[in-house]
Parts: sequence; C-alpha cells; structure tokens
Amino acid sequence: MQEQHHIKLPEGSIEKSTTTLNLGPTHPATHGVFQNILELDGERIVSAEQTIGYIHRAFEKIAERRPLYQITPLTDRLNYCSSPINNMGWHLTCEKLLNVKTPKRVDYLRIIIMELARISDHLVCNSVVGVDSGAYTGFLYVMQYRELIYEIYEEVCGSRLTTNMGRIGGFERNFSNAAFEKLERFQAEYPAVLKEFENLFNRNRIFMDRTMGTGGIGPERALNYGFTGPNLRAAGVDYDVRVHSPYSSYEDFDFNIPVGKTGDNYDRFLVRNQEMWESLKIIDQAYRKVKEFKGVEAEIFHADAPEYFLPDKNDVYTKMEALIWHFKIVMGETEIPPGEVYQSVEGANGELGFYFISDGGRAPYRLHFRRPCFIYYQAYSELTKGSMLSDAVLTMSSLNLIAGEMDA
Amino acid sequence: MVLTNETVKERLLKHFEGQLGRFEEPFGMLSFEAPKELNLKIMQFLYDDEELRFQFLTDLTAVHYPHQPGRELAIVYHLHNLKDNVRIRFRIYTSIEKPDVFTVTKLYAAANWMERETYDFFGVNFIGHPNLKRILNVDEMDYFPLRKEYPLEDQTRTDKDDEMFGRG
Repeated sequence: MQEQHHIKLPEGSIEKSTTTLNLGPTHPATHGVFQNILELDGERIVSAEQTIGYIHRAFEKIAERRPLYQITPLTDRLNYCSSPINNMGWHLTCEKLLNVKTPKRVDYLRIIIMELARISDHLVCNSVVGVDSGAYTGFLYVMQYRELIYEIYEEVCGSRLTTNMGRIGGFERNFSNAAFEKLERFQAEYPAVLKEFENLFNRNRIFMDRTMGTGGIGPERALNYGFTGPNLRAAGVDYDVRVHSPYSSYEDFDFNIPVGKTGDNYDRFLVRNQEMWESLKIIDQAYRKVKEFKGVEAEIFHADAPEYFLPDKNDVYTKMEALIWHFKIVMGETEIPPGEVYQSVEGANGELGFYFISDGGRAPYRLHFRRPCFIYYQAYSELTKGSMLSDAVLTMSSLNLIAGEMDA
Repeated sequence: MVLTNETVKERLLKHFEGQLGRFEEPFGMLSFEAPKELNLKIMQFLYDDEELRFQFLTDLTAVHYPHQPGRELAIVYHLHNLKDNVRIRFRIYTSIEKPDVFTVTKLYAAANWMERETYDFFGVNFIGHPNLKRILNVDEMDYFPLRKEYPLEDQTRTDKDDEMFGRG
C-alpha cells in the first residue's frame, strides 16, 4: 500500500484568522531588494516586519583599507538615484578633515550638480508613487528629463548612474561647454514638464483619494524616529541641512524649505515636487554666479591641494613634484592627518552623514555612514499598521526606500 | 539666547560633577567621554533639560580599539538640538569581554535599528533592547565583522583560484 503523504500545517494555523504575506525581497512593488513580512487580516495590515540586508556590501569595512579617493565609488552605491550628492558629501568630509578650502566656483558647480541630482531623485520617487497608484504616464514622461540630467553627468564625469564624480578639492576637469548647453536646455524645458507633471497629479481625484491620509506620521514621532529630509519636512518640521549647517556655500543662495502638515503620502509627494522647484531656483542662481567668473577665474575647477588632487598630466611628465604627487596619490601613500570629523549633507532622502575617524594612517580608521533611509525605514511598521495592503505599497514608494542606502 | 558649546559643557559638568571627561571641540563639535553606566542618564538629561533640548539622535555607532585593554569598544552618540542647531558627540567605552551597555530605544525610536546594526558589527550587547538581533548580516554569523581582528582578504593571496573572476 502506498504511503500517504499529509501536508503538515503548523499548530493553530487552521484557526488562524490572519494571513502572512511576504512582500519582497523581489516583489516588483518593493522597487529594491528588501522584504516586508506582513500579517494581514483580510486586506488590512495587522503588523509588518522588515528584513533588510540583502545587498549589504560591507562598505564600512572595505573603506578601512582604501585610500580616500577609492572610497568615492563606494559612496556612489548608497543612494544610487542621486550618487553625485553622496560623492560631494564624501569630498566635503575629506576636505573638512584635510583642511582644504575650495574656491567659490567649485562650490557653485557642486551645487548645480547636487541640485540636479536632487531633482532626478525626487523625479524618480514621485513618478514611481504615480506608478504604484496606477498612473504610468507621468513616469514615462518625466524619465526623459532624468535622462537629460544623466547626460549632464556624462559630460561632467563620463558616467551616469554610479558617477564617481569630483575629486577632493574640486572636479577632475572643468565643465565642458556641452555640459553647460545641456544644463541650459534643462533649465529651459524642465519647468514646463514639471508643471505638467503636477497638473497630472496634484488635484487628481483618484490620486488624492489614494494618497491622502495614508502612511501619515506626526512631527514628534517623525523626529523620534530620526526622520530627515523630505519625509520629515512633510510632517511639518523645517529641518534642512543646507540651511542649518550650510556646506559648499549654500548660504549664498535664496530658497525656501517647503513643509507639509500631515506627513502622509500626499504631503510627501507635494513636498518633493515643491523641492524640485526650489532646486531649479538654486540651479538658476548658481549658474548665474558661475557665469560671472571671467578670464582665469572661469577656468578654476579645483582647489590648490597638491597632496590630494591629481596634477595635470603634462606636469607629471615635466615636473618632479607633480610626478611625486601623482605617484603618491595613485598608490594611496598619502598619510591622512589624525582626527575625528562628522560632516553631513542634505541628501535626496535626508541627512546623509559621514563619521570619519583617522588615526594618521593611509586609510580611515573607521568610517560610518549615517544613511537616512536605513533610519526612517524602521517607522514603516508603525506607518502601515491598520492600513490597506495597497496603501502600504504606496507608503513604501513614497518614503523613497533605496536598498543601496539601507544596506550600505 | 544662543546655545553655545560652553553653555552645554557647563551645564553638563554641573549636573554630572566630575564624572565626564575629555572635553574637546574637533571641527567645532563639542565632544566628551562618559562612563558607560551613565549613557542613558546623560541622554535623558540632555533630552529633558529646558536649555539643552538635545532631542534628535543623529547617529549611533561603535569603534573598535583593540589596543586599549578594558575599553576596547567605544560607542559614539551624535545628538542634535534642532531648535538652537547645536550638535554634540559623546562616547562611552566598554570592555570587549563584557560589552553590556544600556539601550536608548526608550528615548529614541530611531535607536532601535542603529543599535541592532552596532550589535551586528561589533557585538555590543544593548541591555533592554526590544529586539536585539542581527540586521544586515545573516543570522547564522558567529562573529562581529567590523572588529579589527577580522582583516579584509589579502589581495595578494595566491591560494585561491580566481581565474573565473578575472584575477587569476
């Protein structure tokens, strides 16, 4: 007689009135590699538990053996939707420790790039919120402007997604005319597109019904959870690193910090949209300031920091000092002065911090990234408790969870 | 009134007489060292004090110093007073044999994952943590990888067949 196989169910599972659902790690709606174990009562979420770490790459450990310039590509891979901000944040950290003073033109060029990166990040986040609420059009429409931003990156540094842009003290080369032309094109065309994008969503009945009142968080809870960036500002707290501890000459610019009220998905969407307008304002001002530099000044693209900034190739072949510096930099043989520094920048998701301890060696003794995404994702179970499954998906995309930034 | 590093330092010294040390201001950020039993009390004081109001936990991490017997692990807290826009940093030291430190999750919900991360990489045992388990590494891992005794792989080693990965 054939042996009978019975499906063995865990004790009490028949009587259990809730369903366990694994959302992720490869679910299309998670837009990244992380998992949510949801306990569902019908379509309502009873509890959510997050699992992360699927793409953990031990950057903090790897950084302990690398010379400074080799750590820049690691920072690319944190929030890969806006890697130039991470790159610049890292350079600023090093410059703070090494006491390198960047010229104003470099600061302004960096601001242009950082604000472009912010726009491209918010653009992706907001259009994906649209996708998750059933409106694909906006996503496809604005993608061509992210493409244009990526083309500007390409003109500046040669790559698009993981940019490895800039060097300690400035940029690897001056911006080409093509970069400025593309920037001008972006400035001319993008406002109309953003306006249209807003028309598509802001007062859209279906979109408002889907996003208003879901995934909300109050200011006290948000602060307690360590929220920063647009997600905190949507809850009504006007904290922005660019204003509170200005870096890279942000104090020279005039812009507003948009804030929301309820901290729900709709407010987060609006705050991000508004921030893109503010970024455009900053880019306009910065580009005008860049154009004011004339003659020799218009050629400056790096600080005078021979220990860390690669010399011109012609000089390497003709001047001994340049050859020595070149060798020392490339081989990573420059000693970093001992010290302890914390530098943060306003990343697209919030306060991106670099805590850097040097013991006088050639690589950091310890490097820690304060990743905004990692910190605010903890609040997800509180944000989604009692909401519908479809709203939880929307909350996930409107928080802008980037797996690379969570896992480091 | 503007809150300055001096004010913070004075108030701290007044409240915790003689227990805090090594006040420094690297790059303008006030930092000091505290005994590890006091971490929660200091955080609570900094949170509640009407003048100080350090109510935002920016960062929490650890550093391993293998050559300091009895105080191998440093836990570093970065706090931020958002109203007056002042940041401070303080560190506590613990031995690596008994790395027990009080959790601050009751004060800051944000500390939950930060402490899990610190446990995951350094093995700091946060007493009272609601869910102290590994977060980024696999649960089965039996060591704490960011400690200094685990070096990165030697890039010149020859005993590995790396032909398939372009290094052979």
